[in-house]
Order: sequence, then structure tokens, then C-alpha cells
Amino acid sequence: MTEGLTWTVYDADTMTQAEIYGEVLCRLGEENPKIVGLSADLANSTKIGKFGKKFPDRFFNVGIAEQNLFGVSAGLAKTGLIPFVSTMAAFTAMRGVEQVRTDICYQNLNCKIIATHAGTSFGSAGTTHHCTEDLAIMRSFANMTVIAPADGIETAKAVKACVDYPGPVYIRIGRGFEPKFYENEDYDFQIGKAIEVNEGTDITLICCGVTVLQAAEAAKFLKENDGLSVRVLNMHTIKPLDEEAVLAAVTDTRRIITFEDHTVLGGLGSAVADVIAASGKGCAFVKVGIPDCYCIVGYPEDLCSHYKLDTDGIIDKVREVMNMDFEEDDDWEDEV
Amino acid sequence: MPVTDQEIRLLHEKACQLRKDIIDITYWAGGAHIGGALSMVEMLILLYYKYMNIDPKNPTWKDRDRMVLSKGHGGVGYAPLLARKGYFDFQDLKEFNKFKSPFGMHLDSLKVKGVDASTGSLGHGLPMAVGMALGARVQKQSWLTYCILGDGECNEGSIWEAAMAASQFKLTNLITFVDRNKLMIDGPTEEVMGLEPFADKWKAFGFIVKEVDGHSFSELSAAIEYAQSEKKGPVVIIANTVKGKGIDFMENQVKWHYGGLDTELVEKAKASVDRMAEQAMNLKN
Repeated sequence: MTEGLTWTVYDADTMTQAEIYGEVLCRLGEENPKIVGLSADLANSTKIGKFGKKFPDRFFNVGIAEQNLFGVSAGLAKTGLIPFVSTMAAFTAMRGVEQVRTDICYQNLNCKIIATHAGTSFGSAGTTHHCTEDLAIMRSFANMTVIAPADGIETAKAVKACVDYPGPVYIRIGRGFEPKFYENEDYDFQIGKAIEVNEGTDITLICCGVTVLQAAEAAKFLKENDGLSVRVLNMHTIKPLDEEAVLAAVTDTRRIITFEDHTVLGGLGSAVADVIAASGKGCAFVKVGIPDCYCIVGYPEDLCSHYKLDTDGIIDKVREVMNMDFEEDDDWEDEV
Repeated sequence: MPVTDQEIRLLHEKACQLRKDIIDITYWAGGAHIGGALSMVEMLILLYYKYMNIDPKNPTWKDRDRMVLSKGHGGVGYAPLLARKGYFDFQDLKEFNKFKSPFGMHLDSLKVKGVDASTGSLGHGLPMAVGMALGARVQKQSWLTYCILGDGECNEGSIWEAAMAASQFKLTNLITFVDRNKLMIDGPTEEVMGLEPFADKWKAFGFIVKEVDGHSFSELSAAIEYAQSEKKGPVVIIANTVKGKGIDFMENQVKWHYGGLDTELVEKAKASVDRMAEQAMNLKN
């Protein structure tokens, strides 16, 4: 962790995740001459262009050529530099993905990929620009760390943390309409460690990215209106997953729902499911995300509502799972 | 300094040894990408025995010149060269392709000393070499990056993405070779997916092109020295070669892209390599 920097000046009400990322990277670049930046004709959209303007000798725009983008990044990392690479998530996780896997992950290189426009955040652009598969793809690569920050403040925390975190890191952020969840950076963020943003004993909602805010709001509503004690985990790191937090949720609440702006196949929900299944313990479990289809067109907030990832949708899903017929005894011994 | 006649004689001896090593490893492994390994022998020998600034005792020395074997299937030719240079024991290569071996047919930079980049999937090496050359520039270091491409590999779009970038960034600290042996797995390059006019393509992408006989040490040497001193833009050396070079029954044969050898063929192949070396030394190029 870089010492001596404070990250409390962001106006998270007006700055997007990407704008905060651009600002943070500029400051990190002042501290650490090993940081270099790359983009593929999306320097402005991804906001890494801010770093490029400040450090023109340490920034490379390779044009619309994502395979080369990640290959060049690997080469730079091989010389001891720390490349930050930014383009849209769709062109990272799919167009340039073999280079990410074979050049960067296989060689365990110190490349930090900050992918914007992830999930359905570029909703009106249509399927070519949606990226609801990146978590599944990236977490399948050995050596890769996968992070989905809850908002802009957490993006700053994640970007700062990844500089000294060894090996390749993939951080997915949105296009710019992501509401803030954290007021400031005064909380403990550790890669691989879930954050309990709401305590609860009846059910656990495991979330990442934009769903954290929605779940936290739902938990408040359910407390007041249904008298439910809802635990909300901000599982910002999808890999390595905080298995202890999942197992604690199984033991303590025995009902778990995952919410992610991503297909339900292979992402956060699947990662959590693996842990639950391997635990050998019974648990009511539902994954909520984009079903096995290509997301419809629309503004992100409308898509969030359509796919039951907003507060109302989460409330409905919690009530549904609370009504599931599920053995409620406290004794695990008869089930092991 | 261009190669002298005395150096050429020594280099031919090294090339002869490397070809025999390739034969042995192909035999031990039960099969290997032998044709394309044989076509690039002179390039590798000249770079590693005359031009590259390396220290096999310190394979991660930060000021060393880098090599990216973009045609990663040439591992069966590259691994014995590294062994003979002293990066590891040649006998280790008896494990080439074997269970739990550090030596797969495409070499792993985390497992094989002296390998600067893991390659094998075609079209990946030149982009990484571009990154290395940029890395040297950012850090104000004077070492050079060498990259050897296959010609069939130049079907890959990523090669041309990297070529555009090398030219845009004026990478004069990157020296690229194409092993132009004119054959790929499914047949002659011009039948499968034509590359000609090949030199013109590189020129159109902003490269200075040197075309040479890729088995002539004197021609390769002149081209390398030209590339080292050229400061206007990146240089590509198109090395016209013969796939399977040195083994008469493999030369220009599509089927010897990948193959195995029994003891009888090993003897025939080595005899052919000896004849080639004898002729080459008489020609002194």
C-alpha cells in the first residue's frame, strides 16, 4: 500500500468511477515512476488519458488494436514496469482476452487492467458494448485477481491497493452512472476480504459493484417493514474469494442470495456456489444477475430494475427466499 | 564489425552442432516442430554467438538484450541453443515434452532460464517485443530487443497491429526477423494465405526492410549491423530460408513441419547435416 497519500478529496457526487480512477492514477504516477499507462483509442472514455497528459513519455495509445494493447503491456511488465491498461470491458475480456490470458496471466505479469463500461453500464449501446461475461472469463485464469468495486470511492481504494499487489489484476468499473455508496475512504479495504456493510442473521446478500448500494438500501427497508435482519456483504473481490465470509454466512444465516451486474453463469454467484457446495452444509441459495441471454437495451437504471438488481427487485427476492421451505434446525451434526 | 571468415567457420560449427541437437531432442521427445527449428538456426547462432549482450550466469540481468521467439513452436531449436550457451544442462533436454518437464514444446519463460517471453500462440511475440522496446525507452536503457517471427505467423492480425505500433513509436531498439521459409502447416504460404508482396507490406507499415539469405552468416551479419545503426525507424530482416534446412529429406517438405525420427532416420539426418556443414564451410558465407 502506498504510504503518505490521502484520498478523501474526491467529490464522489459528481465524479464517475472512471474519473476518480484517472485522478488516482495520476497521483500514483507521481509517487511511482514504474507506472506506465496504455489504452486503445479510449484514453478519454476510460479517463486514463488524464495520466497520459500528465506523463506523455509513460503513456502509449496503441490505436484500436486490443490484442496488441495487452501484448505490449505484457512486454512492458517484463521490463519491470507496472502497466495500467484501460479499455472497455467487452474489448478486454473478449477481443484481447487471449493476450490477457497467455501473455499476462500465464507469465504472471504485473499488469493492472482497469476495464470500464462493464456489465450493463453502457446499456443503451447494445450487446456489442455490454460485458456481462468478464467476471466469469477473468476468474478462470490462474494468477488473475478480479475486483468489482462498489462505487467511485472504492475504485480509488482498489486502484491504490493493486499497485503493490503482485501479479495481474482486473478491476471492472462502470460507464459513469454509478451512484456512490461510500461517503469517503475511511474504511478498511483489503483485496480478498469481504466487507460487511450491514449486519444480519436471517439472510445474507452477497453483492459486488453497483448492487452493493441497492442491497444495502433493501436491507434497511426490510428491517423497518418486515423486521428482517439482512446481512449484506460487499464482495468486491471475486477472486480470490473471501471463503470465510461465505462460510460464516452459511453458518449464521443459512440463506444466501448473490446479486451481480453480470450473467448468472460463472461470476460472483457461481464463485459463492462453489464454496457453499464444497462446505457440505445445507443452505437456501439463489443467484440473481443477467439470465442466460443477451441483455436488452436501455439505461443502466432501467436494466437494473428489469433484471431485479435494484432495491425493489432485491426486496422481492429476499421475501421469496425467506418463504422457501428450508430446514431451520440449528444442529449441523445431523447433516454432516 | 561484420563477421570474419574465421568467425564464419566457428559459427558453422555451432550451427552444425545445433542441428544435431535438434535431431537428438526430436528423437528423445518422440516428435517436434523440426522443420521450422532448422530454418532459423543461422539467425539464432549469429545473434547468440556474436551480437547479443547476455550473461547466461545471470539470466535476469536487467541490461541484457532480449529475445522474443514469436514463432514459439521453434522451441526445439531454441532450447538446445540456450543449453549450449550455459543457461542449463543440455542433458536436461532429454525431458523435452515429457511428463512434468519444464520443457514443453513451446517454452515457458517462468520455467526455462534464458527465455524472455513465453510464446507458442502465434501473433503474440511481436506485440510483447514492442512492449519490451518501449520499456527500455521509458527507463532510458540501451539494450536491444530481437524478435523472430514465422512467415505463416504473419497471417495473424496482431502482427500488423504491432507493426503499426513499432513504426508509430519509431522503435529503433527493436530488430525484427521473419523466418521466410515459405511453408506453413497446411502447405505453401502463398497457397494457404498469400503474403506477397511481403516486403512491400512491411514497407507500407513503416519498416525499413532488408531481405537476405537467412542461411548466410555474412548477409545476416550485414543486415543486423545495419539495423543496429539505423535510427530512422524499425528494421525488419526478411530471412529467406529453407524449411528443414540441412536435412536433405526434410528440406522444403510440408510434412516435416512436425515429425518424429527413429534411430535410422537420426543417422541419416546427422549425415546430411555433416555434408551441409562441410559445403557451407567451403563457401565461407
